[in-house]
Amino acid sequence: MNRKAANVLALRSGARWHESVIKGGLFLCAAVSVFVTIGIIAVLAKETFGFFQNVSPLAFLFGTKWTPLLEPRSFGVLPLLGGTMLIVAGAALVGVPIGLASAIYLSEYATPRMRGVVKPVLEVLAGVPTVVYGYFALTFVTPLLRRIVPATEVFNAASASLVVGVMILPMIASLCDDALRAVPNSLRQGAYAVGATSYEVSTRVVVPAALSGIVASFVLALSRAIGETMAVTIAAGATPKLTLNPLESIQTMTSYIVQVSLGDTPAGTVQYQTLFAVGALLFTLTLVANIGAHKLLKKFREVYE
Amino acid sequence: MIPTLKTTGGLARRRRNAKLFAYFCMVLTWMCIVLLAVLLVHTTRDGIGWLDLQFLTEFPSRFPERAGIKSALWGTVWLIGMTAAFAIPIGTGAAIYLEEFGGRNRINHVLDIVIANLAGVPSIVYGILGLAIFVRGLGLGRSVLAGALTMTLLILPIIIIAAREALKAVPMSIRHAAFALGATPWQTVRFHVLPSALPGILTGTILALSRAIGETAPLIMIGALTYVAFTPQGPMDQFTSLPIQIFNWIARPQQEFHQLAAAGILVLLAVLLLMNATAVWIRHRALRIK
Repeated sequence: MNRKAANVLALRSGARWHESVIKGGLFLCAAVSVFVTIGIIAVLAKETFGFFQNVSPLAFLFGTKWTPLLEPRSFGVLPLLGGTMLIVAGAALVGVPIGLASAIYLSEYATPRMRGVVKPVLEVLAGVPTVVYGYFALTFVTPLLRRIVPATEVFNAASASLVVGVMILPMIASLCDDALRAVPNSLRQGAYAVGATSYEVSTRVVVPAALSGIVASFVLALSRAIGETMAVTIAAGATPKLTLNPLESIQTMTSYIVQVSLGDTPAGTVQYQTLFAVGALLFTLTLVANIGAHKLLKKFREVYE
Repeated sequence: MIPTLKTTGGLARRRRNAKLFAYFCMVLTWMCIVLLAVLLVHTTRDGIGWLDLQFLTEFPSRFPERAGIKSALWGTVWLIGMTAAFAIPIGTGAAIYLEEFGGRNRINHVLDIVIANLAGVPSIVYGILGLAIFVRGLGLGRSVLAGALTMTLLILPIIIIAAREALKAVPMSIRHAAFALGATPWQTVRFHVLPSALPGILTGTILALSRAIGETAPLIMIGALTYVAFTPQGPMDQFTSLPIQIFNWIARPQQEFHQLAAAGILVLLAVLLLMNATAVWIRHRALRIK
């Protein structure tokens, strides 16, 4: 205690410039985030610009053939985008209903003791590294699928999208839980008072009241699914193609980026530039989704605060 | 707006629906627990047979029975140690600035938005950034240093958000008391706010670092997926890491390597469990003291 007091006095007798220097240092720490953002945008923009001098943006965005590593080269990103969307759709099919149902259960039905069990389980599920989910998809889900539907390929979109769904599930469950719990109890009590059942209260009063928060959680989770890399690299294959059949091997934007970086691609070549062009598309998609979700969340906070 | 509540069917049917819905939600929730159990049991069954002391002390090998994770384990220790050395001071500093010195002006509002959005950027994009800036731009090559800097950028938003929450939880009265006694803003933070927020900051930091331990994609981007049969001796050495080694084994077709991957996953999960337990312990201890 005495030492602490002495320290305080020592600092106090020091000049005020001491304070400004510290404040400046702390500001620089905060400014690192801005530099990182500028860095990401600059790096992606520079190489993407170079890429567009070789390939027209229209051919990139609307081309339906992606063969940048083989002759004849073709740089249509739609197969990769289609692969990503197939994964996102499958993940949403798993993650959205289970995540929302868990959130409703947690906020409307569960006893505090059940919450104490389910919440940590969700946290553990959220903390499992993605490479582990990839392993699980390849060695457990895929063999299971192949036993049910023998026509399933060894690498397939279905298996990867199932585990990506499990991966985004905790995020949806915990964000929806927050949104549902933010709904004032008076709304529930009002509905019960006029004779509604718990099902009617949940689905017609609480969920609609929390809707913007719930939708925001879906958007954030889907943006996470778009950027998911390891599970799709391991389990979904490396065959860029436009297909709606989840039992086939596909390639996503992220797994293409990994494929190129695994090979020895010299800087400055068109192949090297595709890495950044695809990365820029990925970054743009997730950024738009995140900004949209944050707008929704802000709106939802304004209603009850 | 006056909400209306239309109902369908008689009371008995409505009650039955309510009950069915409750069970439906409960079953789907239990599915999460079952999924986790299946994941753990499957991995343990595959990997436990390969998990012995030799597995921890041998370098990777072409022969599964001789392969181990020594270089991966040491690589992870180096990587996370250096990441912590960069990320903790910068992240805490940024959080202190935003919470204690920031105020409500336009620059700080922009910082808020930037940090929230950075937290949502896919990890592989950080990998692209690391490749372009650290590996090639600054010429750090495929070193631990380049990996740690990339990881730092990746977990920085997570640490900042967690540390801000911890600082927010410190009662205003503590700050007011310090100011009333004539402490400067920095003295208030250094001697009063920071000590009471420390457990929260540590907990958030440990969780952020455990995220970094499991990250694979950004490290693949900066070229860490190579055969490394040595432990790093300095920050400029090449390295591999646990998730990278696991990915390497999964990518091979032979069954034995998949089982090695499972054993590696068990080690990785054990490390993560240990870190989470530490975080929980710190949180509990702090609550008890209060």
